[in-house]
Order: sequence, then C-alpha cells, then structure tokens
Amino acid sequence: MLSRMADNLYWLSRYTERAENLARILHVAQRLAALPSAYAGASNEWESAIATAACADEFEALYPDGATRENVIRYIVDSSANSSSIKACIETARANARAVRTAITSEMWEILNEGWNEMRGIEFDGISQSALTQFLQRVQQMSLRFDGAAYRTMLRSDQYWFQRLGTFIERADNMARLLDVKYHLLLPEKEPVGGGLDYFQWSSILRSVNALTSYHWVYRENVKPWLVADFLILRPEQPRSLISCYLELNDYLDKIAEAYGRQGPAQHIARSTTARLQNAKMDQIFQSGLHEFLVDFIEENNKLGAAITQQYLS
Amino acid sequence: MSAAPAAAFFDEMNVPDGGVRAGYEVISEWLKQAPRELLVNRKLEAEHFFRRIGITFNVYGDNQGTERLIPFDIVPRVLTSTEWQKLVRGLEQRVKALNAFIADSYGDREIVAAGIVPEELILQNPAFQPEMTHFTPPGGIHVHIAGIDIVRVDADTFYVLEDNARTPSGVSYMLENREAMMRLMPELFGSLRVAPVDNYPDALLETLRSVAPRSASRDPTVVLLTPGPFNSAYYEHSFLADKMGVELVEGRDLLVRDNFVYMRTTEGPRRVDVIYRRIDDDFIDPIAFNPSSMLGVPGLMSAYKSGNITISNAIGTGVGDDKAIYSYMPEITEFYLGEKPILSNVPTHRCREPEALRYVLSRLHELVVKEVNGSGGYGMLVGPHATKAERDTFAAKLKAHPDDFIAQPTLALSTVPCFVDSGLAPRHVDLRPYVLCGADGVRCVPGGLTRVALKEGSLVVNSSQGGGTKDTWVVET
Repeated sequence: MLSRMADNLYWLSRYTERAENLARILHVAQRLAALPSAYAGASNEWESAIATAACADEFEALYPDGATRENVIRYIVDSSANSSSIKACIETARANARAVRTAITSEMWEILNEGWNEMRGIEFDGISQSALTQFLQRVQQMSLRFDGAAYRTMLRSDQYWFQRLGTFIERADNMARLLDVKYHLLLPEKEPVGGGLDYFQWSSILRSVNALTSYHWVYRENVKPWLVADFLILRPEQPRSLISCYLELNDYLDKIAEAYGRQGPAQHIARSTTARLQNAKMDQIFQSGLHEFLVDFIEENNKLGAAITQQYLS
Repeated sequence: MSAAPAAAFFDEMNVPDGGVRAGYEVISEWLKQAPRELLVNRKLEAEHFFRRIGITFNVYGDNQGTERLIPFDIVPRVLTSTEWQKLVRGLEQRVKALNAFIADSYGDREIVAAGIVPEELILQNPAFQPEMTHFTPPGGIHVHIAGIDIVRVDADTFYVLEDNARTPSGVSYMLENREAMMRLMPELFGSLRVAPVDNYPDALLETLRSVAPRSASRDPTVVLLTPGPFNSAYYEHSFLADKMGVELVEGRDLLVRDNFVYMRTTEGPRRVDVIYRRIDDDFIDPIAFNPSSMLGVPGLMSAYKSGNITISNAIGTGVGDDKAIYSYMPEITEFYLGEKPILSNVPTHRCREPEALRYVLSRLHELVVKEVNGSGGYGMLVGPHATKAERDTFAAKLKAHPDDFIAQPTLALSTVPCFVDSGLAPRHVDLRPYVLCGADGVRCVPGGLTRVALKEGSLVVNSSQGGGTKDTWVVET
C-alpha cells in the first residue's frame, strides 16, 4: 500500500487515542478537584493534568496566571495554540481519515465525522461543568466506538495493522507519561514508598485508565502505589499496560514483516523492549528509580515510532 | 438561426400533437400515474442518497471550501439504441480525428503544409507543449479519454458543441446517477431494457493498460494522480480509483529514479507504468513546467520522454480541443480519415477572419460569442439575452482581439421534462458521452452525462452556473 496511506491510518489512530486519553485525564482532574482538600491532598490536580499532557512549558508561557480550571480546560480542550488539544486531535484525525476514505470502513468514517460535527457545535468558552463532563464522555465514547468499528469492520490486511500500530504506540506513550507525572507529584523524594498516600489520588490513576475495578479483581488489596505501577506496567492481563501494548505492537509488526517477507529495525526495537518488560521485576524498577525507567521507556517508544515511520511510512 | 420561440424547442419526450416519442412510452405513462407526493419523495430520497455517499463538488472561488451537491433530476433522459448507434459511430470518428490532429501537430504538421489549419493556431495555442514535438507517446495515442459535448436541436440533428481532450470530468455522476435511479425507480428498470454503464471503470482500466509502455511488465501498474482532497473533483478521483482497484496517488507519492517512475509504498518503491492524471499539464512536473507547482512529480517529463511511463491523457492534448481548432474539425476529419464527418459542428464564425468578424459584429444580438480559450461558460456573450451596453462592451473586445473569439448561432437546445417545484416542466439539456481510446480499440459505454439547465429558459448547463444532471438511458425500441 502507499506509504502516505499507511501514514494517514497510523496517525488517524494515534490522534483518536490521544484525544481519548486527554479526555480521561481531564475527567479525573475534574473529579478530584471537586473533593474536599482533606481527601484530595495538597497537590493541584489541574497542574498535574497539564504535566501529564506533556505540555507544561508551553502552557506556562501562554497562561502566566497558572493552572486554573479555566486555563487548563481551555488549553487542553480547544486551544488553537496547542496542536495536541482534544479539538486539534479530532480535527487532525478526521483530516487523516478524509484523505484515506477508501482505506477505512464507512462505519469508522461516520463515527469520526459525527464526533467532529458534534464538537464544532460546542462553545467551550465558559462551558459549564456538566456540559464539559458530557463532552469528555462523548470523546471517550467516540474513541471506543472507533476502536470497535476498526476491530469489527476492517479487512485484516496491512491497512488494519498500521491502524493498530498507531493505537498501541500512542497508548503506551500516554500510559508511561501518566504514571511518571503522578509518581512525580505524589511521591516526594523524602517520602518512603507506601507512606502517607492518599487513596483518592492513587485510585484516580486507575480510574483515569478505567482500571480501578479490575485492579481489585487482580490484587484483592487496597490501592498501593507499587501495585498500581505493577498493574499498569507489567501485567499482561491489563489491556492498557505497557506490556500489553508491546505484545500487540510485536504481533502486528510480525504480521507486517511476514506479509512483506522482510523485517527491519522496527521489529528489533519492539522485540527488545518487550523482552525488557517481560523480564522486569517491580521491586528492581523501584530500586533503580521508576522515573528513570519510565523516561527510558518513553524514549524507546519514540524510537520505535521513528523506526516505523522510517521503515514504512515515508 | 436565431433565438427560437419557446414552443419551437424540440421536446425529447412529448410530440406537439400530444403523443410520446419512441423510447419514452413507459416513462411518460409512469409519470402520468405517479402521484405528486411519490415524485417528491423520490426526489428527496435521491438527494439523501447523494449526500450520504458524499458525491459533492467544491466550488472554485468559494473560500469556505463548501462541499455542494449537484442537483439531480429524477426524470431520465432517453436515447433510442438507433440514435445511440449513430452517435457512437460519430464519436469514434471524432476522437480518431482528434488524435490524428494532435499527433500531426507535434509531428510534421502536414495539415499546415496542406493549407488547412493555420500554423499559428497550433504554435501560438497556450496549450501547445513544445516539449512534445516529435515525441510519440506509448501506444501512439494522445487522447485516451475524451468527453464530447453534444447538443440536440431536432429529431435528427445532433451537434458537437465542444471537445474535451484534456482531463474531462463528470463520469462519476454518470455512474452514480444510474446507481441512484436503480434504487429509486426499480419498476421502470423492470419494464425497460436500459443499456448498462457500470462497466465503465473496467473499460477505463483496460484502455489504460493497453497503452502501457513497452518496458512495463505483462501486468502493468496503473495509478490515478490527483491534486488532492481540496480539488473540486476529488470525489470523482477517489471513486474511480476505488472502482478500478488502483492506487489514488498525489504527486508526493511518486518519485522518479533513473527515468523510471515509482510510488512510495510500505514495501518500498514500486514501479508505475501508467498514470491516469487529473492534474493539468502545467502542474505535472515542476522541473519541466511550472516550478512553483507542489502537485507534480519532479522529473516526470524526462521519464515520459524516455518512454518509461504513459501519461494519460498525453501532455499537450489541449492543442486539439480549443474553440478555434473546433471550427476546423470537419476539415480535420476529412483530411486524416478521408471520411465525411458523421457528427456536425455547430456552424462557427472565426472572428480571426475579417469577413466573419464583420458579420459577427453586425449580428451580435442573435449570436453567442465565445472566448477561444475560455471554459465553463465564463467569458461568453449570449447575444439575445444581453443588453445593448453589454453588446457594445463586447464588440470593443472583439475588435481589439478578434483572434480570441468565435461566434455561433443561438441554438434551440432540445428539452426534456424535469421534476421542478412547479411540477413537470421542460428544461434544456446537453449530453457528454465519454469515449475511451486504447491501443486495442475504442470503447464508449452507452449513455453519458446529461446536464440540464434547471433555471427556466436557461441554456447554461454547467454545474458552476446552476446546472444539474439526469440519468441517461439508452433503450431498445
């Protein structure tokens, strides 16, 4: 298939996935901000939302008065200055979809087109709490439906595989960032792991990836930071964990390599990252530094993205 | 011939004494029996169908990039198979003559030596591409896809109004109109034998493959080159690529290496043999032509001249389809084919000839004056509908640049009933059949695109000027 078409499919999925993750982050921030401070802890949820969305520097330059609810919502939801705002993500996803109309199914197109049309009718300036909640839910639903439509309607060929690669690269990146920022904020240097942590803060991480209930099913324990990390990094049962994303990435890259009769750097990088995740133990990760581990991972993930682009998309 | 009174227009369905013409019997009967609400519903359904599949065109000069629907009329336009047979023979002859003329224009120019066509009409034509001189494209054919605009004035007379030998568009409407009609009017299709058109994409692909360069494999790779999603005909480009099962590429998807053309794929560069391009000559290669073009492929012209790629239609075919050359088509046909033209031209006055200019200036109030290189119904004067002031302004333009204009009588274009707000009413139509010309012969699917001037009394059928379309049925009688 044309490289441009594969590129469109790949980014179409990345942007849809990114929009969903941003919506989840804001959704949780909104929930936490509504708690009395005795429950929510001292940290500023809106600041944490900005840090998770990986855009703190740009945000500070644009909004000198800081991470207020209004500023954060405006910036993450509909700022034209932010090329990764939810609105920009949906715009970009639709533009990519329009360019490859024949490569995606009509179901996929209609879901994106509908989401885009709906979004254009919303006035975000001074948006009410309930309207915002509803919008964030609609974005998550759109991404879920899009994912489902791709899964259920796309022909299993390289078009589908590139579409999936985009989803899982983005999901792995977003998950690693979310964990890194939360740990950074919630676990000050001098505080020992497991000490004086707030249940609501930790469960918010799980909640933002829709994993709170499943956590209890897997661990049958109270929410504990190292178990949250274990769940979201190393457990293959958790579909958004880093290892799950990498098992999928490996799988689709293998399918592509098999279909094309050759493999390259992308397959090697994915395989070595997967092996590292499979061999890792949570206590070792904590000993050598979770932050360092996650920073390394994000870098490796970016390398994989670059290798996929180099090998197939340009 | 002058502007005819309304009653004098040839109605393709109804005979003045109350009868119905051959081929229309079933349709006329059906229309009589169908209650108004049914027709209204079918019209709405048709609109819904076109909106849903997204068959739209973008309007040039509209900064909003609005995607608009071309209005569709639910009453079919009928040609009997006898009428069609005669048209097809004429169309094939016309396209052969066009091809011969273009080849000669870039060859020895025998037609100039014979004193038939003035040399400056070729050399000074803005569409003339000196790059093509003494170059024979693969298969020896320049025009693979032609759209010949035909109008009818009475029971027996069809005129060619215009030849389109560059990148004629609209064929997706022909196909989608039929698709819509088969859903909307199954009862009519059940009782009439309508010749199918849905093999057009296959015929197009066969034609394109037949002119692949010699260096191509036995299974040549064809692509459709589009300027991209912002082009007004993008829907058609993606539609045709999809139906043919070929890649829809943009300039940046192609690269030229050692004078061969490749497309960038996920499996590495892949050889391309035939490019069905929907990009104008000037934009196709920034090295050979317009250096600021972002749409083209650098080096394409050089690969073309090395004989390693077929570009369809060939570069420079515009030299054969402008309105000045048009007036010579009867002579051109006789010169190359040794045959009398089967299809007539509209009688045309070449304003470049002093005697004709004098005549045109004295009859401006009854003539249509067209710019030689204009298109889309812009830059023309419809004498009978113009004010005295408009005619005077135009006369000044004519005197200043007589070479740029031709004039024709106002034609009494035939009408077909249309379902408009006031009910069934006659509206003027034309017809654009698509003629495919490959190394293995000429193909022409029965029918074409019928365009209709939906404004009462209007003779302008262009979609940019409020025109609509109809499905065209070739039926056995």
